[in-house]
Amino acid sequence: MLKDITLGQYFPGDTPIHRLDPRTKLLCLILFIVALFCARWLVTYGLVAAALIACIVISGVSFRALTKGLKTVYIIVAFTAVMNLFFTPGTPIADVAILRHATWEGARTACFMMARIVMLIMGSFLLTYTTSPIALTNALDKLLGPLKKLHFPVHELTLMMSLALRFIPTLIEETDKIMSAQKARGADFESGNILRRAKALVPILVPLFVSAFRRADELATAMESRCYHGGEGRTALHVLRYRTADYIALALFVLLTAAVIVLRRFGL
Amino acid sequence: MIETKQLIFTYPAEEGREPSPALRGVDLQIEKGSFVVVLGHNGSGKSTLAKHFNAVLLPSGGAVYVDGMDTRDELVTLEIRRRVGMVFQNPDNQIVANVVEEDVAFAPENLGVPTAEIRRRVDDALAAVGMGEFPTHAPHLLSGGQKQRIAIAGVIAMEPETIVLDEATAMLDPVGRRDVLAAVHKLNQERGITVVLITHHMAEAVDADRVVVMNRGEIVMDGAPAEIFSRVEELHALGLCSPDTVELLYGLNRGGMDLPLTAISVEDCADAIAVALGKME
Repeated sequence: MLKDITLGQYFPGDTPIHRLDPRTKLLCLILFIVALFCARWLVTYGLVAAALIACIVISGVSFRALTKGLKTVYIIVAFTAVMNLFFTPGTPIADVAILRHATWEGARTACFMMARIVMLIMGSFLLTYTTSPIALTNALDKLLGPLKKLHFPVHELTLMMSLALRFIPTLIEETDKIMSAQKARGADFESGNILRRAKALVPILVPLFVSAFRRADELATAMESRCYHGGEGRTALHVLRYRTADYIALALFVLLTAAVIVLRRFGL
Repeated sequence: MIETKQLIFTYPAEEGREPSPALRGVDLQIEKGSFVVVLGHNGSGKSTLAKHFNAVLLPSGGAVYVDGMDTRDELVTLEIRRRVGMVFQNPDNQIVANVVEEDVAFAPENLGVPTAEIRRRVDDALAAVGMGEFPTHAPHLLSGGQKQRIAIAGVIAMEPETIVLDEATAMLDPVGRRDVLAAVHKLNQERGITVVLITHHMAEAVDADRVVVMNRGEIVMDGAPAEIFSRVEELHALGLCSPDTVELLYGLNRGGMDLPLTAISVEDCADAIAVALGKME
């Protein structure tokens, strides 16, 4: 069950999207999100959707993998849709029972809202699926670099992120081991109501936390032994460099966002 | 060269408890290029001693010098840590990145080595430990022995003069242990890197230049492996035992034979027994 966690999952590949600089991809995602939230009516939504589909096709990521990532948010999507349907003022759909509260305007907003959330999540997943976590933290480190002047701990933040990602598999393995050990001694995680099951998790969490702290302590010593002394004067094995493809990608996404903002003024 | 002078170390004690020193006046000199094994059972102070070699722990009394630099001098801490690399017991807790080559590059990145040079060092270090085929693997998918060799490569990338392995083989299976030891011996012979191997596996000490035995925070025996392991009764009194070969010879001697206890390797041991059996006939 713990193997299903998709957080930070990465599908290695060698497509133009994989080869883009991670900073470019991050910036493009931001532009894409801006465009998505500016979209208003069929034409603008169509534009944004076309851009997303083009990226998915080029990246070679299977559509299945993307919809799998959506599973966890179906409830939120459904909830937003229902809320929009019933709480948008306008002309009622029909004069019977509950439909009196649902409006045509609400139905329209609900559809667009669903499209918006689904595309938002697919776009973000596309980024993590095509970019290794370490490249992503490197990109963040570089993009947030100017904040260092304001004494914002950029390096520490990105280091914590990459260490957290590094230890996800280790801690999952550990959790599995602890669960097996508790089961071997008669612990029951599968039956009973939610409260009971939540209580059954305590004997897993306590040893997990204890071991995580012990690991952190050993890791700190090991890092110090390898001359870690903060971000000052560090160099990197992989230096990020913008190439022609990066400029093209950025230009295309700027164009997309600009087009959406212009078209939206015409109510399209 | 690493030198300790009357080294004393006491861990901070709990409230109301009398602190008892983990090291009580250790005098030790480790020659450049040598292969030294430090033995002792749990709590003998061998890991505490190892952590003094790269200034992870600082002496409570006495002093530690690395190539003449005092470990208490904060200005040279980084240089000491670069010269004395340390590999720890649990491979999972010392690998910092989720790609092998990124992890090996961690130390040179910290030292501010230029990118091209980091690349060269990473490839070189991975080749030196026989892990050249795995630069882009995820460490958590490798075996214990492979992970530990990555950790050694991560230390080699600093181009150190000494490597200290603090029970680095304790969590490995026999195959992993053999591979790690082979890699370490190769580094010692081919690159002249000084090796300090902390362990409680007697068999790992057989090929060493020197064996140091610790007990209750003091050095109790110090010499060549053949000499140390032939003092079987003294080792037994310390709760340790000699390698299986020597124990076998010792047992046969007690049964009335007269065999040399210095035949540590399996071949020497077999020869010694064969000669003795020939005599009996």
